[in-house]
Formats: sequence, C-alpha cells, structure tokens
Amino acid sequence: MDSLINRLKQDIRFEEGMKACMNCGVCTAICPSAEFYKYDPRVVCNAVQEGDENAIEELLKSDVIWYCGECMSCKMRCPRGNTVGLIIMALRKLSQETGLFVESEKGRQQFAIKRAIGHNILELGYCVHPKRVAAELHPEQGPIWKWITENDEVIYNKLGGGNYGKEGTGVFRKISDDSMNEIRRIFQVTGGADFMGNIEACSRKKAKELGFDFDKEGEDQRYFDHIYSFNSQTHTKESEEL
Amino acid sequence: MITGKTRIWQDYEKEIATDNFFYVRSCIRQNFFPGSESAFLKIMRDILGKNVFEDPRHSTCSGIGYHGDIVPIETTQTIVARHFSMMKECGYENYLASCVTSFGIYTEFLDMWEHFPELKEQTAQYLKEATGRDFVLPKNLAHTSDVIYKVRHEIAEKAKFKLVNQKTGKPLKVVEHIGCHYGKMFPKSSVGGSEFPQVLAEMVRAWGGEVIDYPERRHCCGFGFRQYLIQANRGFSIANSYKKFESMEPYQPDFIVANCPGCAMFLDKWQYTIAEMEHRTFGQDGNGIPVLTYEEMAALVLGFDPWELGLQMHQIACEPLLDKMGIPYNTEKKYVGLNGEQLPTPQQPECFDGCC
Repeated sequence: MDSLINRLKQDIRFEEGMKACMNCGVCTAICPSAEFYKYDPRVVCNAVQEGDENAIEELLKSDVIWYCGECMSCKMRCPRGNTVGLIIMALRKLSQETGLFVESEKGRQQFAIKRAIGHNILELGYCVHPKRVAAELHPEQGPIWKWITENDEVIYNKLGGGNYGKEGTGVFRKISDDSMNEIRRIFQVTGGADFMGNIEACSRKKAKELGFDFDKEGEDQRYFDHIYSFNSQTHTKESEEL
Repeated sequence: MITGKTRIWQDYEKEIATDNFFYVRSCIRQNFFPGSESAFLKIMRDILGKNVFEDPRHSTCSGIGYHGDIVPIETTQTIVARHFSMMKECGYENYLASCVTSFGIYTEFLDMWEHFPELKEQTAQYLKEATGRDFVLPKNLAHTSDVIYKVRHEIAEKAKFKLVNQKTGKPLKVVEHIGCHYGKMFPKSSVGGSEFPQVLAEMVRAWGGEVIDYPERRHCCGFGFRQYLIQANRGFSIANSYKKFESMEPYQPDFIVANCPGCAMFLDKWQYTIAEMEHRTFGQDGNGIPVLTYEEMAALVLGFDPWELGLQMHQIACEPLLDKMGIPYNTEKKYVGLNGEQLPTPQQPECFDGCC
C-alpha cells in the first residue's frame, strides 16, 4: 500500500493546491470557516507540507478536514498560490477511500450527502429538485417553500416553460432515459459508482457498530436521521470559549 | 497607447461572446428562481434577438456532489466533457452557464486540462468509453451575468423603469454579491474578479442605481456545500449571512442583487430565519431587505410583470422595492396559477413588522 502522502500527491487538486506554504496565515485570516469553527487552514497546509504520515492519518480521522466550506477564498489571497480548499478536497477524498471518514462526527455526514445529493444525480439527473427538498427538513426555507412544494406542478410549469417532469426543454424537464444511462455509465467508468459504494459500505459497518439500523433505503432510516441532525456542540470557536 | 487604470482594468476584463449560445441551466436557480431563467431567455431571444439554444439532454454538472465531496473529480470532469461534446454536436462554440457553482467548475477544469494534458486525455478516454462521444472544448465560456453585463447599455436604452426611488428621485442603494465561485478561483475568467467586482455593479450603475461598497462585500454567503446540506451544520451557513447583513445594514440598502442562485436564496431565506429566531430584521420599517437575482433586476427594469417573473417565490416580500421603483402590480394576481386560477395563499410570517 502506498503511503498517505503519496496517495495525496496523486490527486490533481493536491498538486494544484499545495505549492509552498510559508505559514503567513493569510488563508486563516480570510477563511469563513476559521472564524466559525475550531479550524486553522494554515495548520492543515503545514501538516501536509511536512508529509508526516501520522499527522495526515489523524487529519483523515478528524472533524477538522470537514469544517471547510470550499468557498476558495484562500485561493484569492494566498501570496504563494496555494489553495487550502483544494488540499481539503484531496484529504476528504482520501479519508473516504480509506474508510477513515466514519471515525469523526463530521466525516460520517458524507453518508447523508451521498444518500441525498448522490441519489438525486443518479435517479433524476439533478443535484437538487423541488420534490427532493422536503419542507419539514428545511424549516429555514420558510412558509414560502412549503407553499411552493405543495403547488409545485402549477408553479414550475407557469414560471419555468411548461415541461415540469416532462420531456422537452425548460425548468426541471425530465432527463431522458438515454441521457440518464450516459450519466450512470460515466459514474461506472470513472470510479464514481465505486466511490459512492464505499461510502455506503463503510457507513453500514459504522451504523452497526453504533447500534443503528441500516435496512431502509433513501433518507428514511435512523442512521441517516442521526448523522443529519446530530451536533455534539464541540466544533465552534464559541464552544471552545464556553 | 492605453495607460493607467484603463490599462490595468484590461487585466480584469474577459472576452464575452455576443451571440449563438449553448445555454445550460442551474439546478439551484431552477429550484428557487425558475422565472429568472425564463426571463433571461426572453430578454436574450425576444428583446435582444440573440440565438440561445437549450439542449434537453443537458443534466446537472454534479457540482454540488463534487463540492459535497461524494463525486470524484474524474466523474465530474467527464460529465462536464459530455456537456461540451453535446454543444459541439449541436453546432455551438459559446458555452453559457446559469449556475455559479457550475461556472466555477468549468473554469477550474479548463485550467487543469490546460496545465495537465494527460488529465485531459484521461477525461477524453472516459468520455469515449462511457458515451462514445468526442472530447471538445468551448471557444468561449461565459456566465449568464457576463452576458447581461455585456448588453447592459442595450437594456438601459429599452428600460421602462430605473433603479431610482420615484418619490425622492435618488438612486436606489444596492448591495451586490457576486458569489465566491464566480470570481475567487479564476479572476481572469470573470469580470473584475472578487477584488474588483464589477459584473453586477456596472449593471446597477447603467440602470440608475448606486452600488454600496460595504466592509463584508466579498464575504461568503455561507453556503459551504456540506455546511448547509447537513442540518447539523447550518449554524455555519446562517452565521456567515448574518455577518454580511450586519455589515450592510448601516448603509440602508434598498435591495440586494446576487449573481449566484444559491447566494440569492440564502440571503433571502436566512433573513427570515434570523427574524424568526432573534426577532432581528435588517431592512427598513422592520422588514427584510429584498433580494433579487440579476435576471430579475434586468427584467423589472425592462417592465416584466413581477408575478410572471416569480417574485412571489421569495420569502422576503419585494413589494416595497416595486413601490420605490414605481412598478405597478396587482396584489390579487400574486398567487395565481397557469390559467389565472387562485392558488392557496402561503402562510405569512409574523416575524416582520411591515407588509412581509
């Protein structure tokens, strides 16, 4: 098995994002996540730059690599052209390939993203779709979203071209079977299907270990509910002060 | 010889095609602002006479999955390559994206493929094996706001309303937000980048408004992909929007205009959530600050009906802004269906003091 640092170096985003860090901390100063979470992109950048296998393994198992919002503000301001957001993407990929993502509260959430966004892509051809953004799971969307989802056929046909759920052009048209087959083939050929399958397999094992059932498909199961909503309240700067 | 600031500004301008576009929709914009995409097509085709083609085979670029880190880069690159291939098959070279997340991904991949030809070759092989298609690159890549920016003066000539308070005669004060993935990753692929955000600002100025330059202008709206997608993480998302609202509040903006559909949605919805949670509002008279997409802003200037445009899908009511601009609207038609039938009225939040 190749070393973790060598596996990171095989990810094009690591090569693009990790030039030479001089530890100036501009990335941390501008980072929205560093302001909110117990997160310091400078420290992450330095750890991978040093290539310490133990430090990298700890990162892969930790909540830390899951705090970044991938806004890429770090790219804009780094005087050496590093992009910690890209390094984070490479670390997250490796964490999931090695199965270490299930060792952290934030890492385990990948299962919920896979079941929600991943299934939307493979079943509908869209990342998000009105029929998959349940109002009860999104109270922050307000009463207007409840109204939209209760009247979706009328609203999207009126405002979006008239082909909602039907073949043709326009807003939320049905993506044809031929096109969906091409998308699924792309996932098969490029490793996307295996990658998602591994998220599923590692999560199943972890759910059993934590005492959650894992039988049902989709979002209707206790393990999904748990990782979607559980927050240990230990992640933010505020929690540190408390 | 061009000198001084004019020469420097050349580094922040991009080439934007003027006609014959292969148009691709945005998952998020369709979801929350379907009328904006329809308005864009009407403006381009019916008002400006441009050729804008939409291919029903276009799917998601998988961008939210890519930045949610459940879709590997090789997969997303091949999906993008499929879209470029369809563009060529349909006889187009100018790729026009409605989504800022997609736009960021396109700029990232075009840059990667240029720097790493072996990666481009690998994507071409994946595409061939999975779909039988041939790999091509677009001649021109634009975000839909780039194109509206390009035609802003033509829109100004056809304007029926201005971004001016009709009662006071003063320009409306506008907060603009271009979105992180439009200008932070590859500034040269955008108009001005995030350091000199001009794509929306120049639209506002061309149509009579005044742009507010406030401290947190460039701060992220807080989407953060997994930081919103997962309920347990949403504190991050709302905290970032909160920071922006507090920063813009002293300038008393008349409205916010956003480039990215996700940003537009968050800046609209988080105002509601903050009002519910803390009884805190940032607009005038105890209301929220109305939030528009740039297509909505352009369409209002051109005289589109607010309810045909979809402003009733916003959580923060836009009527105070319509009143300021002098745009007439029929309240009874706000919640009607395809054939004028009355739909049930959505519940009105009690967390705002005014009409909203």
